[in-house]
Amino acid sequence: MPGDFVIDPVRPVPHAVITHGHGDHARPGHGAVLATRETLAIMAARYGEDFARTSQAARYGETVSYNDVAVTLVPAGHVLGSAQIVLRWKGLTVVVSGDYKRRRDPTCPPFEPVPCDVFVSEATFGLPVFRHPDDTGEITKLLKSVTQFSERAHLVGVYALGKAQRVICLLREAGYDRPIFVHGALAKLNTLYEAHGIDLGPLAPATGTSINKFAGEIILAPPDAIAERWSRRFADPLPVFASGWMRVRARARQRHVELPLVISDHADWDELTETFRELHPEEVWLTHGEDDALLRWCEINGLRARALSLVGYGDEEGEVSSPGESQRAE
Amino acid sequence: MRGVARLLDRLAFTPSRNAKLVLMRDYFRETPDPERGWTLAALTGALSFDVAKPAFIRKAVESRMDPYLFALSYDHVGDLAETVALVWPGRGEAKLPEPELSEVVDTLRDALRHDVQRLLETWLDALDADGRWALLKLLTGGLRVGVSARLAKQALASLRDVDVSEIEELWHAQHPPYEDMFAWLEGRSAKPSRAAPGRFRPVMLAQALDETNELAKLEPRDYAAEWKWDGIRVQAVSEGGVRRLFSRTGDDISHSFPDVVATLNFEGVIDGELLVIRDGAITSFSDLQQRLNRKTPDAKTIANYPAGIRAYDLLFEGENDLRTLSFRERRGRLEAFVVLVASPRLDLSPLVAFDSWEALAALRADPPQGDPRLAEGLMLKRWDSIYEAGRPKGPWFKWKRDPHLIDAVLMYAQRGHGKRSSFYSDYTFGVWREDANGTRVLTPVGKAYFGFTDEELRALDKFVRDNTVERFGPVRAVRADKDFGLVLEVAFEGLQRSTRHKSGVAMRFPRINRIRWDKPARDADELPTLERMLEAK
Repeated sequence: MPGDFVIDPVRPVPHAVITHGHGDHARPGHGAVLATRETLAIMAARYGEDFARTSQAARYGETVSYNDVAVTLVPAGHVLGSAQIVLRWKGLTVVVSGDYKRRRDPTCPPFEPVPCDVFVSEATFGLPVFRHPDDTGEITKLLKSVTQFSERAHLVGVYALGKAQRVICLLREAGYDRPIFVHGALAKLNTLYEAHGIDLGPLAPATGTSINKFAGEIILAPPDAIAERWSRRFADPLPVFASGWMRVRARARQRHVELPLVISDHADWDELTETFRELHPEEVWLTHGEDDALLRWCEINGLRARALSLVGYGDEEGEVSSPGESQRAE
Repeated sequence: MRGVARLLDRLAFTPSRNAKLVLMRDYFRETPDPERGWTLAALTGALSFDVAKPAFIRKAVESRMDPYLFALSYDHVGDLAETVALVWPGRGEAKLPEPELSEVVDTLRDALRHDVQRLLETWLDALDADGRWALLKLLTGGLRVGVSARLAKQALASLRDVDVSEIEELWHAQHPPYEDMFAWLEGRSAKPSRAAPGRFRPVMLAQALDETNELAKLEPRDYAAEWKWDGIRVQAVSEGGVRRLFSRTGDDISHSFPDVVATLNFEGVIDGELLVIRDGAITSFSDLQQRLNRKTPDAKTIANYPAGIRAYDLLFEGENDLRTLSFRERRGRLEAFVVLVASPRLDLSPLVAFDSWEALAALRADPPQGDPRLAEGLMLKRWDSIYEAGRPKGPWFKWKRDPHLIDAVLMYAQRGHGKRSSFYSDYTFGVWREDANGTRVLTPVGKAYFGFTDEELRALDKFVRDNTVERFGPVRAVRADKDFGLVLEVAFEGLQRSTRHKSGVAMRFPRINRIRWDKPARDADELPTLERMLEAK
């Protein structure tokens, strides 16, 4: 396609279209950026107002043309502002889904399926073992633990963009109305979500040392902070981690997580395969993640598929982070 | 099964003993009979199925999904039961009601072998991933949630705030699903009968002797002394044809020592030490370890490591309960009893004669030739002490030998669990040896994770973070060479030859005795020093 733009480029380019605000998809330093209003706000909050030379906000459903290519942004259901990029050129439709999920999320509009010839999909949880349970059940586990261990501080590892706000909203929906304490690294995005109309209820910074050291409270923090010196201010902390990776016990044990919560912003195996079945495109292209099993599934189900094996998309749920990450979080 | 699945799941991720007690206690409170009773049976090892072999489960899942997709999944997860629990594809029919554990137990008891596969599939269809995991772990006998039978009994005791010894004493007269016991613990009925031949009697334990403050206040003539043998404390029960061997926490270990059980040709209850005894002389703990590692030993192991009991005490003689008699009285009866039994697998732990604490201290420091050299130290027992369950203060003392000490260099550190999850609190240390080229290199000799104060832990953690040279997941390698390194004075109880450790030695109960901030790494101990300790035995 002669669009002369790049979707989620990992290196600076003159024209970029950004699916959503996670660091591996939205990077600073591009010339012109097209994204949803929310994604642009997230980029500005993370990288400063000068994250790109120029930026253009597109509403969901709005179409922008690059040469002959019509570009439409459609909700992806991943995080606030996340979009699938629908490309139409000479009767051919390609959907670049970015990261997505199919289940309900109180912080963003749901994924909209768009019939297409080529569906470009993520494959983060592209193995049959990843089948996320209902998130309300996971939140119930956390709330039960808080009543059972009211003398301990429940430290919940969450990604700063999306997961943090979704977990807060799920807690509120479950009737939890106490203040939720947050690590400094999450504050900016919480404020941003609230500015976009997502009510998070009472939040308080997890700083200073109160008399009972947050006993019986829920504290949200970036995953790495939990194993860091930062966590020592808390009374007998109980490490919790909300991530799709927690489905596999060995991963939870490796991280010394005592209460794994399987809550993910990515499509699980069933959602991925159901989406392929529903859209039934001519071809499925897999960008990043576990692609072997999905290729096999497509083969069995008569879909043409190929793995692009794109590098640079570590995905924010990746269990490995650079050593510097945690230092900055402190 | 939802309740038991959630409990097992939570227990498996919870390292703290107290937290496990809370989880079990709350579960027992919230869950009705008979479900909680079957769960208790599973936790205490009283429930075992032998119906689902791994190959069988694999076959069931591969009949439902593409084997290649299953193989990729298994590869990723690494545990068969867990993989099947996660990938199990339902049939998309209307959901059946989830089976309860009691239903599984009842159904399997009467099931024909060829019906098991169909039953298993029906249950897997009805359960969620956590439930499937619990079911498969229970059926394959691979349940590992870090709960000992004793801990489960302790959680039970907390329901009524009784001592765990009360549970232990009546345990072997009870059967799953333990409805009588729960009724008693909840104050709904009287305490169930404990009259069952061959049951366990809670044991009496000793306090550690505080040599500097306590010893001078004790009167030597009030106490008997005997060696503290380095095996495992056991209770041998033989009553009305029921013969059992129990660990000191009441676990039935008869199946591991059929040779010993077969020779319990008496009526009564003996308290003693289980040891490997060859030609009348005991051997080191590592020999006994060969037996303890096996749930059911083969004939060769039994022949190579013959086990026996060295008797400390007599609790029952025939039907007579001797526990309210004095130690002096019981001891007299024990001596006669052992002679009468005349079993090659049973001998008497001799008393050590002494007239002053100084004389006894000298014996402890330099035990006479023979068996006492392998003893862990001495036991002091008041002549007038009754046999009292638990660890009462005063009647019995253990006076262990001083530990061995070496200076080792910190090499690796690993993050701890729970409270310590933000601290590098597990330390691997090494001593110097010469490699093939004659260069002095450090070789790891052990790992310790206690013995230091909270303040020292903070200092050690800082040292690890400041001197990390490499990371492997949760482990950090710290700088340790002849010019720089942290010396740890490590105390340990004993040393064994080991083929599993590169250094060829393995320590018992190593702990950090002191941190030698002052000592240069080059002056730490050498491997030959440890090897000489092995030879000294």
